[in-house]
Amino acid sequence: AEVEETLKRIQAHKGVIATIVVNAEGIPIRTTLDNSTTVQYAGLLHQLTAKARSTVRDIDPQNDLTFLRIRSKKHEIMVAPDKEYLLIVIQNPCE
Amino acid sequence: QIKYMISRVRRKFGAPIIFTDKNASHVKDSYIECTSYQDKTFSIKMLEKDMGIQMVPKVREASTQTKWTYPKNAATQYFPRQLSNEEKEESLSSEKLKEFLTSVHFRMEIALQQNEIMNAFFDDWKALGDESRSGGKPDVYLKAYQSFTDLRYLKDRTISCVCWHPTIYGIIAVSARKQLSYEEQVNLSDKSLLQQSVILFWSFFDPIHPQLMLECPEDIYCFQFSPRDPNIIAGGCTNGQVVLWDISQHEEKLQNAKTVADGTKITAVNMVNASILNILQYIYMSVGKNGESSTEPPLVRYGAVSSIQYSHKKPVTDIHWLPDYFEDNQMDATFENRAEICVQLVTCSPGCSILFWDIPATKLPEQPSPEKVREEEISSMPPDVPATFKHLDLCWKPLIKINLHGSDTNTEYGPVRISLRELHYHYKTSEKVQSLNTLEVPTKESPYTEMSTPSSKYLKVLENISTDFFVGTEDGEIVYSDWKMEIDSDSAKPVTQKYTIHTETINTLQRSPFFKDIILSVGGRNFAIWKEGVTNGPILQSSCSAGKYTVGQWSLTRPGVFFIGRDDGNIDVWDLLKKTYEPSHFQNISESVITFISPWIASSKQHFLAVSNDLGVLHILEICPALSHPSKNEHDNVLDYFEREVKYLK
Repeated sequence: AEVEETLKRIQAHKGVIATIVVNAEGIPIRTTLDNSTTVQYAGLLHQLTAKARSTVRDIDPQNDLTFLRIRSKKHEIMVAPDKEYLLIVIQNPCE
Repeated sequence: QIKYMISRVRRKFGAPIIFTDKNASHVKDSYIECTSYQDKTFSIKMLEKDMGIQMVPKVREASTQTKWTYPKNAATQYFPRQLSNEEKEESLSSEKLKEFLTSVHFRMEIALQQNEIMNAFFDDWKALGDESRSGGKPDVYLKAYQSFTDLRYLKDRTISCVCWHPTIYGIIAVSARKQLSYEEQVNLSDKSLLQQSVILFWSFFDPIHPQLMLECPEDIYCFQFSPRDPNIIAGGCTNGQVVLWDISQHEEKLQNAKTVADGTKITAVNMVNASILNILQYIYMSVGKNGESSTEPPLVRYGAVSSIQYSHKKPVTDIHWLPDYFEDNQMDATFENRAEICVQLVTCSPGCSILFWDIPATKLPEQPSPEKVREEEISSMPPDVPATFKHLDLCWKPLIKINLHGSDTNTEYGPVRISLRELHYHYKTSEKVQSLNTLEVPTKESPYTEMSTPSSKYLKVLENISTDFFVGTEDGEIVYSDWKMEIDSDSAKPVTQKYTIHTETINTLQRSPFFKDIILSVGGRNFAIWKEGVTNGPILQSSCSAGKYTVGQWSLTRPGVFFIGRDDGNIDVWDLLKKTYEPSHFQNISESVITFISPWIASSKQHFLAVSNDLGVLHILEICPALSHPSKNEHDNVLDYFEREVKYLK
């Protein structure tokens, strides 16, 4: 389906290690990693996104979180939140 | 009656009078005071008084400490909620997900592309700063640290091989052989043993007395410590035999080499030299003088020599232990070695053959093997030699023999140095060599004895171990071949590649410790760097130099640096990243020909280079930090350089 195609396209980018789709409750729906890692990422990032979103909205109620990027030494975690879902992509930046 | 007359001078009358004020208290007695006082008759004592009172509770502070027992969560075990497969399918196909992805994927792609284009967080300034080290060139690249020589055993001898002890700091072993002119080297059979040849162990802490001496039946050309158990040493002799020693008894002494030998038990040896072809017999006179210290280092007799008929015919010029994760057997397959002991050796000699040796473990009592029974008639070993190799002495045969022949079977190659691909070791601190059920191989004479080795069937056959090797020959050729192929047919098979770059005997063939397929070969007046797989020729070849190059070694820490020793006692330091047409630095170490170089990393701050020369002197040099610490990205730069050269060749 289109869903598949979009996810495949994202996964095919250079350096992408994993792609995870998480629903509103933090339960992963679609993933390219093994189960335990996926569940860990989903749970942690879900909470972090909620916190980030509440931060942004507290400062300005008209505002909303559109994208969250966490850069670590080894790779970069990118989270795109939405009302019901969460798209998490882990990429190894070119180095 | 008295009459008074008061008179005054007339001029004092009628004078103007001026009145002033005066403070009465300033002049004594100018006034009289009538102070008030309390007259007691007029005071009234109050006998009654109206007063109001308010009562307040008394406040006191006190404290107590109590134990508050309430249920606290010590550990929680949980498992994550997960959706069942149907639910996943359902949500995957929902419309909402489609909308979500269409709205989100654009942002995601922008972010991904940003990362692909450049790394925004890379600190260029910091990366630049790493280039400069302690500022300026050091004046001395190789500082002399110590030098060792011994007048008794090393007089008129040239050092043929130098090896650092793999685990104990500061112990280095040298083997010496007689200096031979070229004619003498050719006819080795008529040389007589005038002086006992030994391998000496030196310690940094005692530069005058060697710590240990290993007795050798002949002059040793080359030797190596076993990577698994540094107490096992294998050496190759000038008559083609291979010798094994076991120094586990003296290991403790070597480790405590700081204390000069006081009160250690010394065994003095008296021996009678026989001619080379007979079995050497020794008479032991154990001088058991306990407590008497002497400066004679203990002499360790060798544990085993290989059988003379099956050894090489010419001197063994190169010996290597095979790494312990595979072992070969005659069935032409490479098996995984479960025992984790290095049990195999490869030796080569100019007699056109490469031999693979196997050290079977000491036999277990319940498995008597027919060939071992023949051992009983061999003369008994002197009592204090460790019995590790007793079963091998003088009946040790090689496992596999490879003859190197050219494509036209007339030419034969006399291999002088060999370099196998899989030769990286991990040195472990010593454990006693266990007698295990290792692979016992049926020898050619007794084909019926298929040894009952239950483990052999279950050992994995390793498919992807590379069996290629490089060989440097006596005539200066480099031959690249594959040993697996040779075993298939007993007749000589054509070797794959042959290169003639050097004019004289190859004296060094060494793989780079950083790149498994880069090899340095030194011979005659030039050296060359080869890459395995590149068949056109060497990727770097030096120009002919004025003097002869006698030995070469890669640096252990810097990928692009190697040391070349010359016949005038100089060491050339080549740094491939600085200059590729001449050495970046040279230094004179000794007056005579350099015979061997061996680098060693003792600690992160101390990098040593052991250089031996023709007169029996061993110099230990300390490598300065500029030569021992790699610069940033040096590995990648050197790799790039090699790849460029390869492209250039094509």
